[in-house]
Amino acid sequence: MYDVNELPALPAYEWEHAKKHAFLTRELKELTRFHAEHCPEYARMLAAWGADAEAAGAFEELPFLPVRLFKEYALKSVPQEALNRTMTSSGTTGQQVSRIFLDRETSALQSKVLSRIMSEFIGKQRLPMIILDTSAVIQNRAMFSARGAGILGFSMFARDRMFALDENMRLDAEGLKAFLEKHAGEKIFLFGFTFMIWQHFLAELRKQEWTPDLSNGVLVHGGGWKKLSDRHITTEQFKRELLETCGLTRVHNYYGMVEQTGTIYMECEHGHLHAPVWSDITIRRGGDFSVADVGELGLIQVSSLLPRSYPGHILLTEDEGRILGEDDCPCGRKGKYFEIVGRIKRAEVRGCSDTYEQRTV
Amino acid sequence: MTNLEKYVKAFAEALEVPENEVPALKYGESSQWDSVGHMTLIAALEDAFGIMVDMDDIIDLSSFEKGKEILRKYDVEI
Repeated sequence: MYDVNELPALPAYEWEHAKKHAFLTRELKELTRFHAEHCPEYARMLAAWGADAEAAGAFEELPFLPVRLFKEYALKSVPQEALNRTMTSSGTTGQQVSRIFLDRETSALQSKVLSRIMSEFIGKQRLPMIILDTSAVIQNRAMFSARGAGILGFSMFARDRMFALDENMRLDAEGLKAFLEKHAGEKIFLFGFTFMIWQHFLAELRKQEWTPDLSNGVLVHGGGWKKLSDRHITTEQFKRELLETCGLTRVHNYYGMVEQTGTIYMECEHGHLHAPVWSDITIRRGGDFSVADVGELGLIQVSSLLPRSYPGHILLTEDEGRILGEDDCPCGRKGKYFEIVGRIKRAEVRGCSDTYEQRTV
Repeated sequence: MTNLEKYVKAFAEALEVPENEVPALKYGESSQWDSVGHMTLIAALEDAFGIMVDMDDIIDLSSFEKGKEILRKYDVEI
């Protein structure tokens, strides 16, 4: 396997198909072998799969696990004493949560790769950061929800942070004004979960009829569109609202999941989600799980080189999407680019900000 | 205050641990030095020495001893 310490230094979006595909195939096969040797449950699943992973000529032939298996089984490939953190997907009462076991090596790798991807979009400098969420979300340190972990993970790119919403989800207008004055003229990094931004931040701004100038800002947001598409709110509407209320022009959505933290898929200037060198997207047909063609709608498989402490390197999600192209996005980034269309029916409702239940006062 | 005293104090205050326990600290091994504590610690070190730590160094600062080595890059001798 590639030396873990060298992995984050690879260029995020420069390798074209042949080079990247050969690299991922070699590395994912090695990871498959590693996890089979260290995680007995995974080895049994491979045996049940029947196919010979060793004989795979392309990583698309390697076995994939349905992402929901992490809700049902505690899968890990390192000894208990090596674990230093368990991440859970956010879930409300009654929903099962995924449990992802991390050791020091995997969590450091996640942070480094995330910082490499982010620096391609916001630059290498650490920026002042406005978190479009409530500080309450990181107060319970014993239990790491995906929302809290997301905020903390992205906080590494900041050198001064403020939460835009108070504990009761109201806009901290005074705090925000002071922060913007303090950092006047600087580039500002904004981060939040899509639904929270729409439902709380933008709604509060509208209510207060206040239009702060965030035109120096770069907003990165993620966590799923489900609640917004339920309300028939489109990406265009979301972006227009951000532009009209606070002058934000640089807005990047991202697709990612707690089961593969670190390798996120960032939206470029042309509205396409991009796979970085450390991971890839494969679209599978719902009927027989064969690999779909470019442009064909199907289930999204995510493959990532980061999961080392748990066998989550090749996962079939419950999200639907399509590949838009490879190596030829007008933004110049190499690799596959794609779009998410939705979630398959009957899949559990989940997603970082989706599980926030609105309280009625 | 010497640099070592400032360094120890930043750890003790950011991570809320007694000063005598600070030298043995490693990231992820105590309940206080988790990722929340880590960002507080970085901010405390930056304030104490008037520096701005790069992203890679933030990730690499994984123990009391490792931190000394990293601060040397910023011309801070502990």
